[in-house]
Amino acid sequence: VLSSYSFYWFQGAAWLGLNVFLFVYYFLLFDRDKKFYYTRVLLGSALAWARASAKCLNFNSMLILLPVCRNLLSFLRGTCSCCRRTMRKQLDHNLTFHKLVAYAIALFTAVHIIAHLCNFEWYNDSQQAADGSLSSILSDLHQDEESNKWLNPIHSNSTVSTPAYVTFTTIPGLTGVIITVALILMVTSSMEFIRRSYFEVFWYTHHLFIIYFAGLVIHGIAGLVRGQTAESLNKHNPEHCAQDPTHWGGNNKHSHCEEPEFGSIPAEVSPSSVVVHPSKVLELQMHKKGFSMEVGQYIFINSPSVSRLEWHPFTLTSAPEEDFFSVHIRAVGDWTENLIDTFQQQKPKTPRIEVDGPFGTASEDVFQYEVAMLVGAGIGVTPFASVLKSIWYKFQHADQRLKTKKIYFYWLCRDTGAFAWFNDLLASLEQEMEESGKASFLNYRLFLTGWDNSIAGQAAFNFDKDTDVVTGLKQKTSFGRPRWSNEFSAVATAHPRSVVGVFLCGPQALAKSLQKCCHQYSSLDPRKVKFYFNKENF
Amino acid sequence: MGRIEWAMWANEQALASGLILVTGGIVAVAAQFKGWPFAAYSIAAGVFVCLLEYPRGKRKKGSTMERCGQKYFTAVVKVFGPVTRNYYVRAILHAALAVPAGFLLSTILGMACLGIASAIYLLAAIRGEEWNPIEQKPQERPQVGGGTIKQPPTMPPPRPPVETRKKQPAEVAGQENPVPVAVEAE
Repeated sequence: VLSSYSFYWFQGAAWLGLNVFLFVYYFLLFDRDKKFYYTRVLLGSALAWARASAKCLNFNSMLILLPVCRNLLSFLRGTCSCCRRTMRKQLDHNLTFHKLVAYAIALFTAVHIIAHLCNFEWYNDSQQAADGSLSSILSDLHQDEESNKWLNPIHSNSTVSTPAYVTFTTIPGLTGVIITVALILMVTSSMEFIRRSYFEVFWYTHHLFIIYFAGLVIHGIAGLVRGQTAESLNKHNPEHCAQDPTHWGGNNKHSHCEEPEFGSIPAEVSPSSVVVHPSKVLELQMHKKGFSMEVGQYIFINSPSVSRLEWHPFTLTSAPEEDFFSVHIRAVGDWTENLIDTFQQQKPKTPRIEVDGPFGTASEDVFQYEVAMLVGAGIGVTPFASVLKSIWYKFQHADQRLKTKKIYFYWLCRDTGAFAWFNDLLASLEQEMEESGKASFLNYRLFLTGWDNSIAGQAAFNFDKDTDVVTGLKQKTSFGRPRWSNEFSAVATAHPRSVVGVFLCGPQALAKSLQKCCHQYSSLDPRKVKFYFNKENF
Repeated sequence: MGRIEWAMWANEQALASGLILVTGGIVAVAAQFKGWPFAAYSIAAGVFVCLLEYPRGKRKKGSTMERCGQKYFTAVVKVFGPVTRNYYVRAILHAALAVPAGFLLSTILGMACLGIASAIYLLAAIRGEEWNPIEQKPQERPQVGGGTIKQPPTMPPPRPPVETRKKQPAEVAGQENPVPVAVEAE
């Protein structure tokens, strides 16, 4: 008994230690970093209080589901029937931890709100002030331009612009109020008295946690709190330049202080390379310090020049081994069309892009199988760009983590128009493999499901040619849907003793048929071929 | 769901709202935000709400847990009779108190929470709930046997003298079974 209690005591102490560490670390970061020098001129240390408590809120919000999810899962699985007593003790301990984390969330919420109340008020004061002070000069910077370089989010000094107005007209403000109200309702209905006497009130109200989490994710996205951009810091050192704000920007022989420029904390990236592919596909290659990704992840992209508030998710198409990260954006709606137009216009300055992420579960399993069958249908081919590139890099560098010896890649789409870029990727991979003498590593088949007689006629006519007439690849294109039974039996015959991983990114119906084939063609003998269908969602 | 007394939850919510109003008000007054008179008001309103809501009402069924030290507050709240007993009055009162707090960002949260409490009180009032004070019951001597024993005995029952009261030897633990018991194999 003593040992189990000391374990829980240790867990509590570790949690407390982490909280303290997070708070102090981020407090010092925002209170000392030169990037936020001017933000601090406007806000004082309320900035640091707000951000440090925000990090602790993120941490604790992540944790709070953990103690109750496991129990719920066990309960659903029905495993607790055999060890009721230990289960109940476990449940009690987990609930205690859940309540502890909830109290921490309530405390940090209070700190965070109070700090932001001060922030909004002081932003407003700076905006209204016309006394030529540093604060008012900073607030006026870049307010008229279309660019996103301002510091003070309160833009006009009309009387309408009170802190309350800003709160309810910005995403972080509005979501903040909503999730706080949800939190308070959850707390008051979980008071012990209410819980014991009127359990349904507690139970139904507690489901507001869904609103809490949805709002919390959105809350951090818009990035109203800003710091000076890195490139601006190179041209304008705040510690030096703050003394003489009236002479910024001009050619001054004493101090070379350009006007400072600001950006929000979810990173701003300037695309290092922009390629427009046929069929209106835009490829953006970007760099961001400290960005690390895994295969199959996605990022949110925002372009203030197209729309200030919209964030759209895109799968990453670059491999982790490359020194940049890229996405391919197809024109499917007005936001994407506008974005592509903006880049095609080739203004002297490339439009600014903001990136949040990467998110999503990484699909490391792909590298664990000796033989991999990758099936990408339509737009589902995008994550495989990342996977294929990564596998090829690992293979070339003889990465120990890569167990794959052979890949079968099946690409199904209606027409290759929109995926011409993927076509090029396959072509370049094909070439590289030939050059390294490993042409047999990747075996890919393209299936065009939207064929008509003229295409079929062309294909028949050009049958003897070396490269395919549609794609220009060495592999010939097939028309129609693949016959999975043939494919699976071919793979099973070629690799009679391997474990084959089957990965799909595509429609549910295809998942069903692939799973059926996996069962059908897996041998009962454990030494022989086995197919494993992976339900990973990219 | 039919046996829920909404007033109990409304009471918790209103108490929390009072605290939030006070906190928001203190922040705005201390930092002298624009419009801080509204904050001063909300401190006063928050304190009033807390005092009113602190004594918990009595539940219709079952025993009610009192809040620590609430009997002094109960005495005061009881004095106002129907005004504090009726939940319609409380609902309207809270709604009215909440409105001025909406003019300042620091106290808007308090306003929202108090508004929700007011709505829950309205629901309670519609369902006919009332605030009844928790009375202190006089201390009674616990009745043995449910009041059927009129003259409980005052002397202990007779016991055999000390010598005849043997202690069980340590090896023979437990009882002597009147019927032979066969130990079943596992």
